[in-house]
Amino acid sequence: MVPEGVSLTGLSAAQLAAKLAAEEVSSREAVDAHLDRIAATDGGTPDGDVWAAPPADELGPDHVHAFLRVTAQAARDHADDIDRRRVAGEELGPLAGVPLALKDVLTMRGAPTTCGSKMLDGWIPPYDATVTELLREADIVVLGKTNMDEFAMGSSTENSAFGDTRNPWDLDRVPGGSSGGSAAAVAALQAPLSIGTDTGGSIRQPAALTGLVGAKPTYGTVSRRGLVAFASSLDQAGPFARTVEDAARLQTVIQRHDPRDSTSVTDRPPDLLEHLHDGVDGLRIGVVRELQGEGYEPGVEQTFQVALERFAALGAEIVEVSLPHAPYGLPAYYLIAPSECSSNLARFDGVRYGNRVDAPTAEEMNAATRAAGFGPEVKRRIMIGTHALSSGYYDAYYLQASKVRTLIAQDFRAAFETADVLVSPTSPSVAFGLATKTADPIAMYLNDVATVPASLAGIPALSLPAGLAEAPDAPGSALPVGLQVMAPLLRDDLMYRAAWAFEQDLDFAPLPTGPRAVGGAA
Amino acid sequence: MTTEFQDGWELVVGLEVHVELTTRTKMWCGCATTFGDEPNTNVCEVCTGQPGALPVVNERAIHDATLLGLALNGSVAATCWFHRKNYFYPDLAKNYQISQYDVPLIADGYLDVEVPGPDGDVETRRIRIERLHMEEDTGKSLHVGDTGRLHGADRSLIDYNRCGIPLLEIVSRPDIHDPETAQAYLRELQAIVRTVGVSDARMEEGSIRCDANVSVRRPGEELGTRTEIKNLNSVRSLGRAVRYEAKRQIAVLEDGGEIVMQTRHWDESKGVTETLRVKESVTDYRYFPDPDLVAVVSPADKVEAIRSELPELPAATRARLAEAGVAAEQASTIVASELGCWFDDAVAAGADPGAVANWLTGDIAGQLSAAGRSMHDSGLTGAHVAELIGLIEDGTLSTNLAKQVVEGMIEERGAKGPAQIAEERGLQQVSDEGELRAIVEQVVADNAGTVEDIRGGNQKAIGALVGQVMKATKGQADPRKTNELLREAIGT
Repeated sequence: MVPEGVSLTGLSAAQLAAKLAAEEVSSREAVDAHLDRIAATDGGTPDGDVWAAPPADELGPDHVHAFLRVTAQAARDHADDIDRRRVAGEELGPLAGVPLALKDVLTMRGAPTTCGSKMLDGWIPPYDATVTELLREADIVVLGKTNMDEFAMGSSTENSAFGDTRNPWDLDRVPGGSSGGSAAAVAALQAPLSIGTDTGGSIRQPAALTGLVGAKPTYGTVSRRGLVAFASSLDQAGPFARTVEDAARLQTVIQRHDPRDSTSVTDRPPDLLEHLHDGVDGLRIGVVRELQGEGYEPGVEQTFQVALERFAALGAEIVEVSLPHAPYGLPAYYLIAPSECSSNLARFDGVRYGNRVDAPTAEEMNAATRAAGFGPEVKRRIMIGTHALSSGYYDAYYLQASKVRTLIAQDFRAAFETADVLVSPTSPSVAFGLATKTADPIAMYLNDVATVPASLAGIPALSLPAGLAEAPDAPGSALPVGLQVMAPLLRDDLMYRAAWAFEQDLDFAPLPTGPRAVGGAA
Repeated sequence: MTTEFQDGWELVVGLEVHVELTTRTKMWCGCATTFGDEPNTNVCEVCTGQPGALPVVNERAIHDATLLGLALNGSVAATCWFHRKNYFYPDLAKNYQISQYDVPLIADGYLDVEVPGPDGDVETRRIRIERLHMEEDTGKSLHVGDTGRLHGADRSLIDYNRCGIPLLEIVSRPDIHDPETAQAYLRELQAIVRTVGVSDARMEEGSIRCDANVSVRRPGEELGTRTEIKNLNSVRSLGRAVRYEAKRQIAVLEDGGEIVMQTRHWDESKGVTETLRVKESVTDYRYFPDPDLVAVVSPADKVEAIRSELPELPAATRARLAEAGVAAEQASTIVASELGCWFDDAVAAGADPGAVANWLTGDIAGQLSAAGRSMHDSGLTGAHVAELIGLIEDGTLSTNLAKQVVEGMIEERGAKGPAQIAEERGLQQVSDEGELRAIVEQVVADNAGTVEDIRGGNQKAIGALVGQVMKATKGQADPRKTNELLREAIGT
């Protein structure tokens, strides 16, 4: 838990919201405190209405670089407006006035949305994402847009066209990805809350690597309208926070049926907060046989085993379950997601918006623009996906992967007959060093091995801190390890309930520590 | 039925017709579908393919497509999906078209068309329809400079107003063996589309477009290599282009050459088809199910509810008209020019169906056409037509006078009925016996020679005397009465 009596940036969203509601502190003060924290830790020049991040080659070794752009003045104005309305006695939402960092893959009017790519250079979205609208409706103050792997493709945020984001626990390590900016912002106390997006683990894995709670809601419960698509059938926005309750509160704000997204479901999970504190006594917690063992770092394995003991001590019934097709999840994912991306990213052609490299004919202009605008990982996935969808290969690749997806969903349904929630390590490793995996795409893809099955099945899954463990390359180090909790479709409430009980028992302090941790915490 | 086209060659044609549905909004967004607005005014993030924008299916378009599919005797898929057809083109905002692939909304329909038989009778031919599938239209490219086509243009402008308008593709089986049947199919399809009211089906505005797949073979042989003809902007172009292309292919084959699979462009002014692009291989569109959309489900009760909305279709209207005594050709004209409601109204007002058909398709249509107007904006009603025919039948108007009354009604844009026009313009017939008899007697007296001729047995000569009476009455004499009185006066 966050210790009491610390500065505003050390508070959880719920604690800050309580102070705001009691008018002990104004939203403007909260926003200013977080802007100061960003100015002190993120790099860049904190002046003007909008603070741009420094160019990649000017990043200092102690800069987190969580934000691509801080919309400082808009945040202050919004905070002032909320304070005025609060004083006037207007009824405000439970998180009104709390600051938040938004992943730069969600559109917000008036500021560029880059998706971490040079391709969208100069594009100002003409509309707000539904998530952005809901945040505003809840009077949550957006501080700015956060860094990410280009078009959300990556597991380390090193695929951003605008430079790496660093892990606040160790500035020489990655924060995970693709939502590394959103994770680092919350871990570095630059914001109590942030929004990321998760396609194959892009919220859960960075949450694990930065000691946060990060949740991928049930597919279809959060609108994808205004989320620039990577893989439409998998993409889902979700919360990052330093506590389970904060994450549940933020997810409650953004999960709403949206008639403007055809894949948005009309059902909602039961209230995430009502039974949050009910505990795990009698709850059947399934340990997935296939999501542990070989390939997981010893520190991660060990921390996971201790977590199971803790659950048992809390009265949960630990059962072993099998997802027989889970080992095929990663290859299936790396066919389905690139296939969809090859089509989704076709619109970046230089014709209507973003970058354009002029050439004599339209086809040559398209090719030159795409060659210049996309980074290597995006190109790799477009190539893989184009190949997987092409006639003669479709049946062997895309169709086969879709069948695996169906089988994995069936595996989960069967597993949930013997267990109420499932658990596994979130990531096979703790945060790894910058540039240690960039040369080997397969090593990078293996980060998603435990998170991808839930993505393919559309079920809710979150990561929360399970403790600290030593990185194999740094004896004596202590870095966060994530515990993944998965629940049946639309049972996000159960997932949060199990996570909350574990969090209370562990009493993990989400404040980066260590020799290379971000400076001046709280 | 012979299917020989020329010198022992059989022509095989299949048509792909695209119909833009006249829904108020586009297929995936709320933008207007109005034709002819300022470029890029009916656009939003969805139809211009902005990042993050998502499509939501237009239920009305599915309804309208289903209605048309049922009118074409098709079966509606209980569940179908949208697929993405991936290809790069600047006026295709997302660089994929949302279309349908393995399961279309409608399959296995047919259309019966009537074509003139060898003996001047009417033959009915059944053209099978493979599928109707829902998709979206593209934007429009405008190439500036040189020929106005892409090749050699200085620059290209794109109007996305049309992008995302619901489009229905109707694919026939290759059951067409002559240009006339191809034309009849397109005309009949156009009539059905208009009758069910799902599109204005205007070829000149592109709201109905037709591509023809043409091949030739010796009867009984495998299908020959086909070419696809584009830029067919009228029913007439379709007939000309198919005929030209068939003859071209026959000439190539008879010369020992081979037909190359390709897309050809119909040049209306030159009257020829020209190579547009050669298809070296089948384009790989990398179809896959669109993950932004969910299945379209059409339960049986929903389909039956839509079926119950079907109006009387053109073939049924023609049959009904024929039964009422209307000549086949006039019935076709009435249906094709959408004069059905005027016909029905006039008959309901008591007029003879044959006479109504005669006037509607004859003089009224002719005069309107000469005035550059249509029945729809004429102001004329079925009741006007019935009144006109009544005035002829009761002898108030002769045919000639009635034509003048029609002219008057058109000038007045239907504001005044036939009786009022006849009266105001002094167009009633002189059928007052006393008045007419005096004129007849005068004419008989003045034309003693002709009268002798007639008495001598030359009955035809009486026509000259009728003409004299007409002249004297400025055409207002009742011809029947005049004839009667003349014969009485001459004594034949």
